[in-house]
Amino acid sequence: MSVTHGTESTAGPVPGPVPPEETAATGAGGPDPAAMAAVKAAARAALPPDALIEDHIRLRTYECDGLAHYRVTPALVVLPETTDQLAAVVRACAEHGVPFVARGSGTGLSGGALPRADGVLVVTSRMRSIREIRPADQRAVVDPGVINLALTKATTPDGYYYAPDPSSQQVCSIGGNLAENSGGAHCLKYGFTTNHVTGATLATPQGDVVELGGLAPDTPGYDLLGAVVGSEGTLGVATSVTVRLTRLPEDVRTLLAGFPSTDEAGAATSAIIAAGIVPAAIEMMDALAIEAAEAATHCGYPAAAGAVLVIELDGPTAEVEYELAEAERHCREHGSFEWRVATDPAERALIWKGRKSAFAAVGRISPDYIVQDGVIPRTALPEVLRAIADLSSSSGVRVANVFHAGDGNLHPLVLFDDTVEGAGKAAEEVSGAILDLCISHGGSITGEHGVGIDKAAYMPRMFSDDDLDTMQLVRCAFDPAGVANPGKVFPTPRLCGEVPGKHRGAHRLVEAGLADAF
Amino acid sequence: MTAPTAPADLDAARSALGSACAEIVDAAGTDTVDGVRPALVARPASTEEVAGVLRAAAAHGLAVVPRGRGTKMTWGRPPERADLVVDLSRLSGVVDHAAGDLIVEVRAGTPLAEVQEAVARGGQRLSLDDPVGGSTVGGALATNLSGPGRVAAGTARDLLIGVTLVRADGVVAKAGGRVVKNVAGYDLGKLVIGSFGTLGIVTGAVFRLHPLPAVRRFVSVPVESPDDALRLAQSVVHAQVVPAAVEVDWPATGPGRLDVLLEGTDAGVEARTTTTLRLLGGAAAESQAAPDGWSRFPWHGAPDRPLALKATCALSGMAGVIGAARRAAEEAGTTVALRGSAGAGVLYGTVPPDAPPAAAARLVDRVRGACTAAGGSLVVLDGPPATTAALDAWGPIPALDLMRRVKNQFDPERRLAPGRFVGGI
Repeated sequence: MSVTHGTESTAGPVPGPVPPEETAATGAGGPDPAAMAAVKAAARAALPPDALIEDHIRLRTYECDGLAHYRVTPALVVLPETTDQLAAVVRACAEHGVPFVARGSGTGLSGGALPRADGVLVVTSRMRSIREIRPADQRAVVDPGVINLALTKATTPDGYYYAPDPSSQQVCSIGGNLAENSGGAHCLKYGFTTNHVTGATLATPQGDVVELGGLAPDTPGYDLLGAVVGSEGTLGVATSVTVRLTRLPEDVRTLLAGFPSTDEAGAATSAIIAAGIVPAAIEMMDALAIEAAEAATHCGYPAAAGAVLVIELDGPTAEVEYELAEAERHCREHGSFEWRVATDPAERALIWKGRKSAFAAVGRISPDYIVQDGVIPRTALPEVLRAIADLSSSSGVRVANVFHAGDGNLHPLVLFDDTVEGAGKAAEEVSGAILDLCISHGGSITGEHGVGIDKAAYMPRMFSDDDLDTMQLVRCAFDPAGVANPGKVFPTPRLCGEVPGKHRGAHRLVEAGLADAF
Repeated sequence: MTAPTAPADLDAARSALGSACAEIVDAAGTDTVDGVRPALVARPASTEEVAGVLRAAAAHGLAVVPRGRGTKMTWGRPPERADLVVDLSRLSGVVDHAAGDLIVEVRAGTPLAEVQEAVARGGQRLSLDDPVGGSTVGGALATNLSGPGRVAAGTARDLLIGVTLVRADGVVAKAGGRVVKNVAGYDLGKLVIGSFGTLGIVTGAVFRLHPLPAVRRFVSVPVESPDDALRLAQSVVHAQVVPAAVEVDWPATGPGRLDVLLEGTDAGVEARTTTTLRLLGGAAAESQAAPDGWSRFPWHGAPDRPLALKATCALSGMAGVIGAARRAAEEAGTTVALRGSAGAGVLYGTVPPDAPPAAAARLVDRVRGACTAAGGSLVVLDGPPATTAALDAWGPIPALDLMRRVKNQFDPERRLAPGRFVGGI
């Protein structure tokens, strides 16, 4: 089974028969030998001997992130243990014009941590200590390589937790979460990484170390931290992160409700939100996703349901009881024929098991699939789901829907068998058409997976040239040399320092086909 | 710094501006920006007009200061120069309240109160307080305005999901969008929040909304010492009462007070009020009505320009900051009134305008030291010009070089509110 994203016409900067990894955006030409030698020398001087990986076989273990469809072997991997070590490597890269890519646990789903063949992969997995837990301040200070769930486990004894909970939370790192502005099932109520990071030590793309934000809110000056969070490693590497801790809720109730179809489930979702209830999570699965989850985990979802909702409510007991009764009522009134409320952690885990295993479970019913991450306004759910169903039936490509219904973040799983001639191409077309549906309904091409290399080519469909050019002003301020994760997020890098429209001859990157001048 | 615009140039500029925007008028005394009198005022009514105005301003080298309803024009430092005020009061109105999606799209010149009125009709609110009163959306964003409600709902950075801005060169750019969950592209909205108009002029914004609570209840208790205030505030934030706000109010004389706001359903608020009363002790009392001064800065209504401070700290540092401020005021022979969020670590302070500049400067230094020690900072928002001229308004800024580079990318000619922001940006 392989998991792929994007479409032939949209994935990566060079569409067509060229595999996505062999493009200018991934440094296909390989490293400049002299520059790479200089960076290696600087890295050897700054890092312990075992913190450099140069052996080809070992380098290959870092060739992809969670989007395994794209693979590029980096020229060098470094595993720094401290801010100074990490900054020294970045500084050397900046000095010698060598691109670098930062990587936490490598669980990203958009190829944001895809290495460069001509560059350095900076891996934060040896920076793993939780430096401070400050319950009185509702803060913790952690290394970037600290695992998301480890932070929650460490703070639970004090009655706190770290709210952003991407589905990879058992393995993903806080630094990676910061780079991607990770969400999770519970961001409907609690927000995303950006709402929970109050400070960071940043190694800038020039190798300077700066403090952004801190323990207190509203740091004077531009909110550079706000720009860095979610910038997918293009504005620097966080070497320490200060996060907000959230009080564990007094009560949590999880409701599973079965519906005849996604129309009724969508209507119930809208009714709950319209009633002024903000659940911690509202997740939806359609019939195909239920079938897959049931086959894989025997999670006991209602048989013959056309859709299920998993609704989680948390907070003070009295509020949760009221909201639960209301949520049940809205589900019933919108055609739910079966519902079940978890009252203890084991029952809650069983309800979530089906949902959380859904992506993997789809592998049981299809050898290959593409997962998308588009977002639509919640009120457009019924219309867009019907349009996806139409796409599916007219193309003959099956689509399973598993998604965050509360905030309109779709995760359509487009199923195909790559051994069947043309099946991959058909699936890619359907997948691309789904993203177009999201854009045309005023939504986004990505709700939580990031743009990375996978959706960079889609950015111009969502943003104008002026919008993208303005975003790149920020990049030029942070990374004038263009060495921090180049080729990601933006379809074409801006050449910093050049005035748009005024060129004296072609820049060498333009000549090499690596960049377009705006 | 450049010389004021010469009259001949001014006529040419006025003509160019006039072809971009129907309302161009000579500036009056009331258009003065913290002592700096502009030559012209433009009142564009659309993003396109703002873009045209900024293109004309760029062509004629005009320094530009944006303005909403002008309620915070003396905040920050006075601009080095200001040729043109871009008044956004005609760029007003709610564009779309999509109640089912819990979002609202507004024009930047819309008063916050008008936004609240519109979304309240759908049982919702924009969880952004207006402690000044009369602020517009654009002004609130430019100054990163916040109030008591930030404990539960956060601040502008947690609510703004889409932004339209016009750059110094007149280019219109958008970031974010109309959906709450969106990680495509850089979050330019974060950069413009609190930027005092130095990066661009915001013309439109999309916010996420929250449902209006069914019930609100206040629980208040007098506190004798800053340590008592901290102890009680901590007991509330670590309990299971989920406060919507935890405010501390410390007038210039007399004891302080801690106010807790609880919001939610009838039964839920009832139960949490009982718990909060118990946590705060025998002197605590509940009320349906907001306590005096709720969601107002401590200098609210002052006839002149008293010193206005914004202090931040880690939650546990609040007592230290309050104590340091009160001791410093006493030693300086003046007084300080403090009010702010004990649940978020933000305190606003005010010192009477007759405090001698040297005494005020000593007080600012002392309080800044206490804030820094507690992981925060101190900003002088406003004050008597004779006093603020001698003060470091912003304090040390760790990433100033990077901020200057951002400014230089967005406004290389330094024509947007030059000098108003940190480090002379």
